[in-house]
Amino acid sequence: MDKEFAKGRIVAAQGNLMTVEFEGIIRQNEVVYVQTGSEKLKGEVIEINGNEAKVQVFELTNGIKLNDEVSFTGDLLFVELGPGLLKNVYDGLQNPLEEVAQAKGYFLPRGVYLNALPRGVKWEFTPIAKKGDTVEKGDFLGSVPEGVISHKIMVPFQFQGKGTIIEVKKKGSYTVEEEIAKIKDEEGKIHSVNMIQKWPAKFPLRLGERVLPTEKLSTACRIIDGPFPVAKGGTFCTPGPFGAGKTVLQHQISKYAEIEVVVVVACGERAGEVVELLREFPHLDDPKTGKKLMDRTCIICNTSSMPVAARESSVYVGVTIAEYYRQMGVDTLLLADSTSRWAQALREMSGRLEEIPGEEAFPAYLASRISEFYERAGVIRFKNGDTASLTIGGSVSPAGGNFEEPVTQATLAVVGCFLGLSRSRSDARRFPAIDPLISWSKYLDRFAEYGKVDNSAIIKKAQEFIHEGNEIGKKMSVVGEEGIQIDDIVLYLKGEFYDSVFLQQNAFDKVDTATDEKRQKEQLSIIKIVLDRDFVFEERDEARSFFLNLTDKVIQWNYTPMDNKSYGEKKMEIIRMIEG
Amino acid sequence: MVKTYNRIERIKGSIAQVQAEGVKLGELAQIKTKDGRVTLAEVISFDHNRVNLQVYSGTKGVSTGDQIRFLARPMRVPFGNSLLGRVFSGSGSPIDNGPEVLEEPIDIGGPSFNPSRRIIPRKMVKTNIPMIDMFNTLVISQKIPIFSIPGEPYNELLARIASQTDADIIVLGGMGLKFDDYQYFKNYFSKSGAIDKTTMFIHLASDPVVECILVPDLALAVAEQFAIQNKNVLCLLTDMTAFSDALKEIAISMERVPSNRGYPGSLYSDLAARYEKAVDIEGSGSITVITVTTMPGNDVTHPVPDNTGYITEGQFYLHGGKIDPFGSLSRLKQQVMGKVTRKDHSDLANAMIRLYADAKKARDRESMGFRLSAWDKKLLKYSYEFESNMMDLAVNLDIDEQLELGWSILAKCFDRNETGLKAEWLDKYGKWDK
Repeated sequence: MDKEFAKGRIVAAQGNLMTVEFEGIIRQNEVVYVQTGSEKLKGEVIEINGNEAKVQVFELTNGIKLNDEVSFTGDLLFVELGPGLLKNVYDGLQNPLEEVAQAKGYFLPRGVYLNALPRGVKWEFTPIAKKGDTVEKGDFLGSVPEGVISHKIMVPFQFQGKGTIIEVKKKGSYTVEEEIAKIKDEEGKIHSVNMIQKWPAKFPLRLGERVLPTEKLSTACRIIDGPFPVAKGGTFCTPGPFGAGKTVLQHQISKYAEIEVVVVVACGERAGEVVELLREFPHLDDPKTGKKLMDRTCIICNTSSMPVAARESSVYVGVTIAEYYRQMGVDTLLLADSTSRWAQALREMSGRLEEIPGEEAFPAYLASRISEFYERAGVIRFKNGDTASLTIGGSVSPAGGNFEEPVTQATLAVVGCFLGLSRSRSDARRFPAIDPLISWSKYLDRFAEYGKVDNSAIIKKAQEFIHEGNEIGKKMSVVGEEGIQIDDIVLYLKGEFYDSVFLQQNAFDKVDTATDEKRQKEQLSIIKIVLDRDFVFEERDEARSFFLNLTDKVIQWNYTPMDNKSYGEKKMEIIRMIEG
Repeated sequence: MVKTYNRIERIKGSIAQVQAEGVKLGELAQIKTKDGRVTLAEVISFDHNRVNLQVYSGTKGVSTGDQIRFLARPMRVPFGNSLLGRVFSGSGSPIDNGPEVLEEPIDIGGPSFNPSRRIIPRKMVKTNIPMIDMFNTLVISQKIPIFSIPGEPYNELLARIASQTDADIIVLGGMGLKFDDYQYFKNYFSKSGAIDKTTMFIHLASDPVVECILVPDLALAVAEQFAIQNKNVLCLLTDMTAFSDALKEIAISMERVPSNRGYPGSLYSDLAARYEKAVDIEGSGSITVITVTTMPGNDVTHPVPDNTGYITEGQFYLHGGKIDPFGSLSRLKQQVMGKVTRKDHSDLANAMIRLYADAKKARDRESMGFRLSAWDKKLLKYSYEFESNMMDLAVNLDIDEQLELGWSILAKCFDRNETGLKAEWLDKYGKWDK
């Protein structure tokens, strides 16, 4: 069935915004190709008026001239889904960067669009469904092993109504393009199914019932897992000024989070940062599976010098891939760095469209776009009762480090957890520089309510010490230590102790860099003893030196592996020291 | 096919509009004015047959009857070894009274480097300036600005870096330069001999504003070609705030909606597109970018330094004629410190900075009239030694000599056990009498 797609020609151009006069039927957000010389440049319809459409081109537009031909594709911007996404590195339009480099060398020429999934690779297919089964969209037909997961091949997401399986291929190896099943639909039409699925990037992919996220996502980062936890299927954001360590934090989470698949979207940031992931992840071991970290990771990388319009699509490509893995029952984490660059891409386009600007010239629809994006996270329950989650974490780069700006504010309104990085903490070398005075998580109480976390009491108590300690610290800087009662000094020192040994974490120490739940529990038990105890000191200096020593001892203990025999000894020594 | 037109319909700001057929976005045109001047202009947009040209030398004096020739090619710059020792304007023509360069022209503002072909940088760029080499080591392919305020000797610092570095090629891009500063660079490079490996693209403060925004693209396109030819290139751009202001001026005259303090919303992308040209090409050369960003009102949250900070890999703060050891940071330094350089480098540098921070506090105590302890006095002595021997920009030493100097200063001011350095280093490199 060959449909006739619309044709058009360029009548005006400015930057990457084209005005196209067309004939035929077109859709909003339809993908088009502009033929300029020998090159075909991809673009997207963003406004339609009469027989004229505004098209944003995803590439450099030099050389485009009046009456250049434009062909419409009938398709929205879609993501190609199937086995082979993991370990891969894509640009914002899902071009595989490694293959582009092999074909075109060091630079990224425009107009090159390669298949996202490798076509030549054979996958070991094992059928799940059998002939005669009644299926609907998203049901499993079979599976292929991909890295650490069992990648499910599903009934196409666009399949309407119920279908009957006519045939499923037997166990064996197939490429993504080979037919693996035939399904008859309700009207008797027979559909041939292979391993490739396509899904429009800007529509949420969610088949199943949404349920409340109540499970904790362990990140091995204590300040997150303790006072500001993230739920599997929840959302969090990490705003911070430059140099506060946003990217380091995201890299830490992508390495140590207890999750099956991680999708990293490097959106408009430095290429150098992505290189660290690209060069390191293939060599780093995933402690839980014994495979390499890259085996569970998919990287979308549209760095700051790559075309701005493709930056906008990069986050949608990333989140669609993450949703696809969730659909097969896999817990997935999407990390986007940075959503501010994405918002700036929206702003640039909105400016060219001469839309009425909102605050700081961001478009008025900024907040709704941000919430649409974060709302694609969540836990879904399938027909068989299984659940799977997609967690979204976005970093935000507020101008001047000021959280009052529109992107940060719109993000805070929709996320479940706010991890605010502050300049004062990073200047004081307190890493990770998440500020415990401003951050919050809506999940801590929820976990307690659902009986999932039993440490909320001690965490809350410790937070009180942090807040009261901060008040006392401020007073101290005004009136001097002499003006503060010794009880208050002890309270202040307890807060500092908790901060130093638990909230701060040394990313350069092999052991301290990642702390699992079990170990965090042990650390909190020590902290509980310290916070509960009524210490009696004669002198301020005595209190100060006691806590200095204690802090040092606990940090040394933090650096000791749990299976080391001195671990227990060090713990006992600390307890003896506390109990005097 | 060269097309000629004789009618300009509209002139506004630096934009001239003509009716023309078949011209391409980015295509170059030549405008010949009545008084015989020839200036270049670029197609920035078209609407049917109405073509908007950005006139490089500005529209001052341009008449509606001037002749416009479309050249059917985009802006290019000639490239070859004969560029070395030469000076060009923001439109790429020689301004040193030398002959035209007859080399193969290359496109400017080319495509981005494929991130999957980038490598983790591990080589050092020597500047022989202790506050850089020793404390905030510069790494090949790094992009780093000097944050400063007008009046500080940032151009002197750039000239010094260019003359002392071990880079193969220097490309200097000057934007909004004062004539005096331009002469200073020229004289300094001639004297130091660096002129033979230097190409300059200079936009003077009095030149047309459009040429200002071309300078980084010209400089980086040339740098990129040298890098592909296996040369390690150091690209110096001063001043990026003038470049940003030129972007602002043009955006506003084109009635673009401003985002923050009048700058266009694309400022981040515009700056990043230039800075991201910094690269280390596996098996070939490299580009390292050092820029000057002057901070209006010494305000680091101003849009230009703020956006820059998100793009670059650290920054040098130039305060009071010295590189501030506290705010300055090279994000890539740990890739080379103690790995490419001597093993004690990292620990020694950290210890010296820590002691200098303590010494600063001792200086505060001294100025507030507190009684000074014996330790305070040692710190004070150290702070003066450190400032005159390490922080002075005139010091020109190889990294190994810098490390030796560091150990000498420590030995002169402190006892062996007061530095907090590892016994291993003290034994091997310490300059105390045994």
